[in-house]
Order: sequence, then C-alpha cells, then structure tokens
Amino acid sequence: MSEIKVEGLTKIFGKRPKQGLKLLDEGKTKDEILEETGLTVGVNKADFEVDQGEIFVIMGLSGSGKSTLVRLLNRLIEPTGGKVWLNDEDLAAMDDKQLREVRRKKMGMVFQKFGLFPFRTILDNVVYGLEVQGISEEDRMQKAQNALELVGLKGYENQYPDQLSGGMQQRVGLARALANDPPILLMDEAFSALDPLIRKDMQDELLDLQTKMQKTIIFITHDLDEALRIGDRITIMKDGAIVQVGTPEEILTNPANDYVERFVEDVDRSKVYTVKNIMVRPETVNLEKDGPRVALQRMRDADISSIYVTNKNRELEGICHAAEVSAAVKEDAKDLRPLLHTEVPTVDEETPVHDVFDMVSTSNVPIAVVDENNRLRGIVIRSKVLAALSGKEVNLDA
Amino acid sequence: MRETFDGLLDFLPRIPLGDTIEAFVDWLTNAEAFFNGLRGGIAGVTNGFLWLLELLPAVILILLLTGLAYWVVRNQEKKWGLPSLVFFGLLLIHSLEYWDDLMLTLALVLTATAISIVIGVPVGIWMARNNYVQMIITPVLDFMQTMPAFVYLIPAVAFFSIGIVPGVVASVIFAMPPTVRLTNLGIRQVPTEMIEAAEAFGSTPNQKLVKVQLPQAQVTIMAGINQTIMLALSMVVIAAMIGTDGLGREVYYAVGRNDIAMGFEAGISIVILAIMLDRMSQAFNRNAK
Repeated sequence: MSEIKVEGLTKIFGKRPKQGLKLLDEGKTKDEILEETGLTVGVNKADFEVDQGEIFVIMGLSGSGKSTLVRLLNRLIEPTGGKVWLNDEDLAAMDDKQLREVRRKKMGMVFQKFGLFPFRTILDNVVYGLEVQGISEEDRMQKAQNALELVGLKGYENQYPDQLSGGMQQRVGLARALANDPPILLMDEAFSALDPLIRKDMQDELLDLQTKMQKTIIFITHDLDEALRIGDRITIMKDGAIVQVGTPEEILTNPANDYVERFVEDVDRSKVYTVKNIMVRPETVNLEKDGPRVALQRMRDADISSIYVTNKNRELEGICHAAEVSAAVKEDAKDLRPLLHTEVPTVDEETPVHDVFDMVSTSNVPIAVVDENNRLRGIVIRSKVLAALSGKEVNLDA
Repeated sequence: MRETFDGLLDFLPRIPLGDTIEAFVDWLTNAEAFFNGLRGGIAGVTNGFLWLLELLPAVILILLLTGLAYWVVRNQEKKWGLPSLVFFGLLLIHSLEYWDDLMLTLALVLTATAISIVIGVPVGIWMARNNYVQMIITPVLDFMQTMPAFVYLIPAVAFFSIGIVPGVVASVIFAMPPTVRLTNLGIRQVPTEMIEAAEAFGSTPNQKLVKVQLPQAQVTIMAGINQTIMLALSMVVIAAMIGTDGLGREVYYAVGRNDIAMGFEAGISIVILAIMLDRMSQAFNRNAK
C-alpha cells in the first residue's frame, strides 16, 4: 500500500510563482522560465508513490531540487502546486493546525548538519518533539530514553551536542526523529556530513533498525553508492524534475537517459548485482532417468566439460565430468551414480556477485545456484561474471 | 557666475521643519493625563529601585555586590579581579561622599535598562519575525542613535517637566536601540536547520520562539543589554542638564565651576560604576553560554 503519493508537486521560487506554473504547463523548460521571468523552478511536477515500509531514496546532484522536494513533503517549504497524499489526506491543503498534527505524529525528520539544539542536553534534544505535544514529563522522558537506547546512546543523556562526535550527533538526530515512533522518516542527506567509515556504519545501522521498525523512509542523498546500498527504490532528479524511478538494478542496467547513465558509470556493480542477475540456465541430466550416454551427448551438444545432475524434483545431486562419463560409456556402464561427484560449490540467488569472485576463480566447474530446498536454479559461469562487471548482459527478469 | 548658481535655489521656500515638529510636540502635550500617568509610573519604578538600594546600610550593600561579583566570575580563571574592583571601588566612592549620588544614578540606570528591555526585546522579536517591521524600525533606530543625545532633553522636559523622570526617558530613547537591534539579529542568526527542526517536529510559532530562538539568541541579546546599560550610564551627565540628580549632576556642576577636584572625583565614580556594570553583565553572559 502506498503511504505517500505525490502528484504534480511543484515549487517555483520567485515573486509571482503562479505565472511560472502556467509556463510549466505550456511545456517550457526550467532555463526558459528563468530567462523569461526570473523565476527558479525548484521542483518540477514530481510524481511518485512511496510504499509503506520502503526506503525510498531521492538522489541528485546539488541544485537538482532533492532537498526542496523533501521539504515539500512536510511543508517546511510551501508547494506552489500539486498534491501530497498522506493515506487519504492532502497535506498541501491542510491548515496550520492539521499540518502541526501531521508533523508531530506522522513524520520525523533528520537533517544533514543534525539540526540539534546546542543549549539542550542530549536527552532534552531527543525529547523535543514530545515536549511540544504536551506529553507528560514522565511519559516523554521514558520514550526519549527508549529512542536513545535504540540508537546506542544510552549513558549520554546529560551531555551536550558539542561534546559528541559527528556520528554520535547524528544518532541523536535519528533518536529525536524516532522518539515519537512516527510511521514516516524524512532523512535529508542524513549521513553526508559524516566521514566515509562512520557513514557506512550508520547505513548498516539504519538498515538494521529498519528491519525492526518497518518505517517508510524517504532518504535524500547525492551519493549513488549510498543510494544503491540502502534504497529499495531510487529516484533520480535533475533540474527539479524526476528523471527515473526504479530499483537499484533497474537504474543501473536500464538508465533512462544519458544523465542517469553518466551517474551510474562509476558504480562498483559487483556489490549491486546478485547471482540472480547473472546466472544462466544449466544443462542437466536426471539421475533417475538418464544414463551416461545421455549425459555425454548433452555435454557434446552444449560444448561443456561437466554437467549438473538432479533428481526428478530438480534437487541437486552432484556433478559429472566429461572425461569420466566418456570412459564409462566405453565400458558400457548404464548408471550415472558411480560417476557422481557430490562435492559441488553452491550459492543462493541473493548472494552479491562480489562475494562469488573467489569461488568462480578457484573452481574449475560452474557454481551451482540453489534455493533453500536445494533445487537447482541456475549456474554461474566465469564469462557471465566478467560481462556483468562491464555493465552488459545482465538478466533483470530473473 | 557665482550669483547665477546661488540664485538657482532661491525658489525654495524656507521649509518649517523645526516649527512643524515643535507644533507636533506642543500638540502632544495636550495628552497631559497620559504623560502624567507615565511620569508617575517611571518615578515609581525609579523610587522602587532606590528604596531597594537604600534599604541596606552601605557596608552591607558593598559586601553583597562584592559577593555577587564573585558569583558571576566563579567559573573563570581570574576570580579575584572583579570582586576586588567592586569592593575597593565602592569603598572609594563612599569615602569621596558620593554614596547617595551613586545610589540615585544606579537607580536611574537600572530603571532605564529595565524599560529598554521590556520594550526593546519584544520589538526586536517582532522585527525578526516580520521583514516589513524590520524595514520600518531600522531607520527609526538609526535616528534614535544618531540624533545628538542633548536633543532628547527638550521634548523630555516638555512632556515630563524636570527631575529624574525626563532623565530616565531620554536615557531610554538613547540606550534602547542596541537591545532591539541585537534581539533582532540574534533571532535571525539562529541556524536554518535549527528552525527547520523546530518546525518539522510540530512546534507552534510561540514554542519555536521560547524553546529554540530565544535560548539560541540569548548570548547576542545579552550583549545588546550590556550595550544598553553602558549607553544609559553615558546619559547620566547629559541628563543632569535637566535637573536629574546623581553623579552626573556633580560632574555638571564641576564643569560650571571649573572645579577640577570635584570633576575628577565625580568622574572617577562614574567610571568605577561603568566598569563594574560592564564586567558584571559580561561575566553573567559568559556564564549563560
């Protein structure tokens, strides 16, 4: 179910924004409108839906409108046009009081430079969102305490923000956003101010927390690696407009245009693709039905030197090698069983390609891809791994 | 040649700016009841401060102020400078027999500062919230600060007669701008992300002001108040021209009589009071950080 639905959401900065809205409707570009009227198009008719429990990443370079877009979602910036549906309510049409309720109960926000209050202790920072709602002292302290524990900052309650490192400060920011347990989290470049190692830790931690909490997270970043790591789906923005929405694989393998393609050029694909994307359909023989002659014939036809053996349920039994099968055929053997090698390398479909490099390079047979019931789903061969790394021949329908 | 150019502006009549203002001020004095009420109020506050200051014998007050000075610098490395300055300074003023004048001047400065804060901080907040208000009030503040302070004495006398009250009023006009300006500045300088955080978590505008903007702007606002105290003190001598008693009057008399000894003694008393107030309010501000 979609938790947030955005329709034609537009922000135009300048003195008479409605005029710009009309020009956009006429199909003028951002640059033309700037030249004609001096208005700046911040966000240009964004449409997307975010599902409940999803990490939805909005990515773009600076100036692409991503930070503006996220602020339109909680109206820190007032939209010029369009709608933001929150379940069945249009956020863009709410009055101040309704909006405040939504901000208090439904959305938490995490900021790039943390946005902590330096004159408040850590606990008092985390408690802020609950305090403005008028929740009782005891209740809110308890909730804030829980949120601090969740992000691993127990014991720091009475320190001040400037006594903490950047990573810890952002944990405080996260705890503050989580304190009221809102269903939606808006994260504006939340980890961009942290150094790379800490950033990776925080990404892992967010993913960990997400498995427990199942929030709907809108995550803004300019870092493609970060987007690919944590995003269930990614939106790419340019000049205020949405260029492409898709899963990380879709974005990588099927860039909508040159802009996206340039973006994804330098990505380490091996960490994004899984075995599922590069495995091929194997030649197999059925242990119960087929004999050495059939096996040998199939290997000759496919020009391969070994073949995987399954039973009638397609459960993996082992592998046979051409040389041994050929010898057995000469001796007129009828059964494959004595020729079967049961020690075979296996992986599951979701293993990142990165993690099978070693196996592929040391094994002299293809790697078998099996599911949890040991059924053979496919095989990984060396040439496919190399093709995937160069960005070609990847199977997304798998 | 010269005559031709000089003649060019002859068509301009003499614009009666001064007369107009005078007529306006005259007209304002019609609201006598209002100004009498105000006069009573200001006199009440000043006398209240004075009563409080004179409640205790001088020796106790000196010890109390020394204790207060120690308390405000207790967290700093040099703890003894300010308390000793306060202690010996006040003793000196007492021995010069200016104690009563000091109390009067202190009461005037405290009253002017209190009124400046009560009016100035809300005006500063209003300016910070509204760009149009800022646009209108900024030149008014410039006017208040650049108009020679003596000029304020004239309407002050017109409205409030002579004595300590017009002195307080002139001091307020002259001393209030820094508090207004720095309140405005302090609130506007609160980082955007902090404001966004306050809003994103559903603060009402008042919650945002009280829980985020004012605490964050506190140091800047206090710096403005410190300036206000100093300016109010600088008005003390000028206000003596309209019959405001206190240390200022002694300086003013000394100038009239060309009395170097008296001028120096009264002058040094004002200097001691100024340093005391300045250092104590600054140290107080540092503690607030």
